[in-house]
Amino acid sequence: MIGTALTDLWYGFGVALEPHNIVWCFVGVLVGNMVGVLPGMGPLATISILLPLTFGIKPVGAILMLAGVMYGAQYGGAICSILLNLPCHPPHAVTCLDGFPMTKQGRGGAALGATVFASFVGASWGITEMIFLAPVLVRVAMEFGPAEICSLMLLGLLAGSTLARGSPLKGVAMTVLGLMLGIVGTDIETGAERFTFGMTHLDDGIELIALALGLFGIGEFMNSVNQVSTVNAKYAKVGLKDMRPSKEEMKRTIAPMFRGTLIGSLCSLIPGTGPTIASFVAYATEKKISKTPEKFGTGMIEGVVCPEASTHSSVQGDFIPTMSLGIPGDAVMALLLGALMIQGIVPGPQLIKEHPDIFWGLVASFWIGNIMLVILNVPLIGVWVKLLTIPYKYLYSSAMFFVCIGVYAANNDMFQVGETAVIGALGYVLLRLGFHPAPILLGFVLGPRFEENFRRAMLISRGDLGVFVERPISAVFVFLCVLLIGLQIYVRIRGPKKPLVPVLETQGAE
Amino acid sequence: MVGRTALRSESKHGSASDLVANLIRKRDFYAGGLMILFGLVMALKGPSYRLGTLMHMGPGFLPTVLGVILIGLGIAIACTALAAGEGEDEDILPENPEWFAWGCILVSPLAFMLFGSYGGLAPATFACVFVAAMGDRSMTWKQAVVLSLIITVFGVGLFHYILQIPMPVLEWRG
Repeated sequence: MIGTALTDLWYGFGVALEPHNIVWCFVGVLVGNMVGVLPGMGPLATISILLPLTFGIKPVGAILMLAGVMYGAQYGGAICSILLNLPCHPPHAVTCLDGFPMTKQGRGGAALGATVFASFVGASWGITEMIFLAPVLVRVAMEFGPAEICSLMLLGLLAGSTLARGSPLKGVAMTVLGLMLGIVGTDIETGAERFTFGMTHLDDGIELIALALGLFGIGEFMNSVNQVSTVNAKYAKVGLKDMRPSKEEMKRTIAPMFRGTLIGSLCSLIPGTGPTIASFVAYATEKKISKTPEKFGTGMIEGVVCPEASTHSSVQGDFIPTMSLGIPGDAVMALLLGALMIQGIVPGPQLIKEHPDIFWGLVASFWIGNIMLVILNVPLIGVWVKLLTIPYKYLYSSAMFFVCIGVYAANNDMFQVGETAVIGALGYVLLRLGFHPAPILLGFVLGPRFEENFRRAMLISRGDLGVFVERPISAVFVFLCVLLIGLQIYVRIRGPKKPLVPVLETQGAE
Repeated sequence: MVGRTALRSESKHGSASDLVANLIRKRDFYAGGLMILFGLVMALKGPSYRLGTLMHMGPGFLPTVLGVILIGLGIAIACTALAAGEGEDEDILPENPEWFAWGCILVSPLAFMLFGSYGGLAPATFACVFVAAMGDRSMTWKQAVVLSLIITVFGVGLFHYILQIPMPVLEWRG
């Protein structure tokens, strides 16, 4: 097994090292890293803005670039939280707790250096996991019939919406709303036009880009306009020389780094628990097993390294269900799957076999991209710090142009620009009402496939709903769904005695 | 947690009118209401697309089922508003509503549509950035014009000349 994995990986490096693919990967990580640093711009908005640009390039290059944006943004987010105490992205909220005190003590550079290193270790482990686990999962998933696929999707949707932040009820409501938005347009099987309200522009359904840019672009800008204060960069003076942690700090980071990696990879295996939960759990664990828990929050390097390693390990691990089963764990993964679908590639267990260049090229590019990020982050740290001080007023207004042109360029259709504005307004209303719009994307991407498989399962079983519990694999998934709901209700009724993870205010819609 | 606070809040509000007045201020009440509204639209419109049977599902089947589920979820969300304690109600509007800024951000794509359809890429870009930029309180006219000009030059260069998006740079189409 190791032999075939290594041959495949070798092939993947061949794909990823093709000159144009390297360039796309580099563009991806560079833009991602930059955007991760920019306040108020999330990876979701960036990937959606870049999505139309990928139509012209081959699927491999497109997915390498978009994935690069995603993990590049993770590196950038760490810079933001350590140097400025700004958790630009939710997974980095805990990094602020000890990262910023270190910056105040003048050790910010060391914290960054250790983070870059820990991130690389975490990511490498996640990639290794992907190399070995994904093919195994695929072999299992190849046996799945429509009933199994349906219940697995149900589990994925439930986990993605209830384990994320906020009220589980609201999360599920958002998923259902996403499923509904996925229904809009012409029904593939019968040709009936559903919920188009007489608008021929909606016949092909709601455009993924319009939905993503409306919810995570326009909706987010409306939320942040005039709210983002100019950052205080008085501590953020970090040079190249400061990035090297001291010997003693190095020694202290090793064990937490591996613990964080392990926690992250475990979290990535549970569907729905993305990097945010992984980093919170990692911080809590590190604090618990530390000999000096009272010192946490005053600039302990362990409290920086452990969550960062776990975030990166979990981000890479999230690709496993996405690429091998076609079931995304969070909105970013849903968007990447959507990008593949736009390129005409059907996600699912057959992907690795039919498009080995995409899968193994992606795996290999993770390593190449992560090495690029380490190299980029060290000398460019000064540039990133400068970027941090760009006022939000310039950022969001220029981003509005990229939103408009991106949506237009997708189909050369002005109608969709208006569609995006409407979705954006709706997204902001939902945000104000306490909904997190991320599960909408999950439901939207999975919706059509869910309906198709549900119909097929019902046709095969002659309309007997019992098929979902009679087939053993499907029954396991259904049981897990019930368990998940039961646990949520139990936790609600019993009430958490103390919060599992420190409660922190984070900005952004995931 | 929910259960305990429910008991407390019930003992606090003696009269029904107090309860109603309290409810209307609650964010979750509206959140639930909006979901019920969406659910109703789906559940009522769904059957008009032919429901079919479980074995041969029509195009209206899933929308109707989802609509009913969404109504249920909406009711549950609204009920949590009932159960939540008094301090937990949150206003829907933020402390200082940014109506002007929100308007600017939403008008910006419309300006792009209008100028893009009648004038071409350059005026559309300028209008889009300019309108959006004016939403920020600290933005001055001068800054907005300069920013819009820079983005216009950059945008036309990138999207028209490099990526060759089929949209004229400047052309009057009445």
